[in-house]
Amino acid sequence: MTQDYVALGVLIVAGIAFFAFAVIASDMLGRRRSASAEQILTEDGTQPIAEPPVRFRVGYFVYALMLLVFDVGVVFLYLWAVVFHRMGAFVLIQMVVFAGVLVSGLVYAWKEGALEWR
Amino acid sequence: MNALLSSALHASAALVLVLLNGVVLVFMLRRMIGRMHLRRGGLHAGPGGVIQTAADVLKLLSKEGTRPGGVNRWVYAIAPMAVFVPSLVAYAALPFSETLRITRLDTGLLFTFAVLSVVPLGVIAGSLASASNRALIGAMRVVARQLACSVPLLLSVLPVVMITGTLDLGDIVNYQTGLWSGAFPRWFAIPLLPSLAIFTTAALCGLDRTVFDIHGIEPGPESGLAGEYSAMRFGLLCISEFGNVFVISALAVTVFFGGWTLPFVPLDLQSSIGPVVFLIKTYTLVFLFLWTRSVLPRVRTDQLMDLGWKWLIPLSIVWIMLVGLVVKASLPGTVV
Repeated sequence: MTQDYVALGVLIVAGIAFFAFAVIASDMLGRRRSASAEQILTEDGTQPIAEPPVRFRVGYFVYALMLLVFDVGVVFLYLWAVVFHRMGAFVLIQMVVFAGVLVSGLVYAWKEGALEWR
Repeated sequence: MNALLSSALHASAALVLVLLNGVVLVFMLRRMIGRMHLRRGGLHAGPGGVIQTAADVLKLLSKEGTRPGGVNRWVYAIAPMAVFVPSLVAYAALPFSETLRITRLDTGLLFTFAVLSVVPLGVIAGSLASASNRALIGAMRVVARQLACSVPLLLSVLPVVMITGTLDLGDIVNYQTGLWSGAFPRWFAIPLLPSLAIFTTAALCGLDRTVFDIHGIEPGPESGLAGEYSAMRFGLLCISEFGNVFVISALAVTVFFGGWTLPFVPLDLQSSIGPVVFLIKTYTLVFLFLWTRSVLPRVRTDQLMDLGWKWLIPLSIVWIMLVGLVVKASLPGTVV
């Protein structure tokens, strides 16, 4: 088991090292010009019309909240699923209640129009 | 020392696989889309267009890595790493055969999903670092799409975990060996067809990014991060997206199609050809994904969000409860 985590650590380090190597090698191989025109910021060939960071809709925030609720809920569902076949039928009822709470949140958000992409 | 050496070998094998997969998929994509869209330019250089792919790689290596003006240097430099490294690490838990896998994690399934969920973080970071509002808006849209599909993706494999009682991908494969009533392979794709349908739909939506459009779409808001980077950084972003296609297909093969095993073939004959079977199955699925994306039109963002939140999530919760009911009715355990 420890060896598996060592392998995981080595893989992460190897990924970072390869990324650094590839980027540095590409910067050395690729030709370099300090053309000032490249430094001018354009958005699809036009001048930017607003200072970054631009404001974006609150809708994203609502989706992020929904995601948070469901991702945490899904983590519990995974734990439940692993022990599911070892437990009695009562775990199913427990999960129906749990999923019911989750789904009621989804229904509420749906009714309030939070799931409309505007 | 031996453990370190073997993990170093595994890590380099994974790196080679990721890079080769990128090249193979570029080649595959050029050929497929070239024929399907009647854009046959990519097929002419060399036999079957081989030279085109080689030229692509050479171009990425030798281009100037420009950096747009006004970016936040550090975040701009690190963001593609936060996209590339997770998609490399996602290979860690995949079982290529009974013995050939980088790590043997008890939580392999959850681990793979968890690692893949880091990718949107890198996308958001890169776009926030840039001084271009277009990149930011595009990345927000891309991430919103991906997240809408990530929850159904997580929910869709839950019935498999409920039946097998494990998150270890190798054990899930072992559960699917043999035959049902002597005629059907014990693949979860057959009894859990709705799960597979939800998984594929969610995967198609989640992968509905620049990767399938890269040859067709002009750099614009929808391309998000890809417009901000050039040369090798762009290449690594591409490779990581191709890597994600591979990982998602490999997960589907592992969970629903018996992984590296074949039905009707004695198990002791299979240990040597396991990786080959696994790769053939995975690339068949990759082909199906690419085929779907190259034939069907692009889906609008609002439709995609509706599909994820209003259809796939309720459907998968209902399906999980249904599977639970059937499992408990057919094999009642002890009441706790």
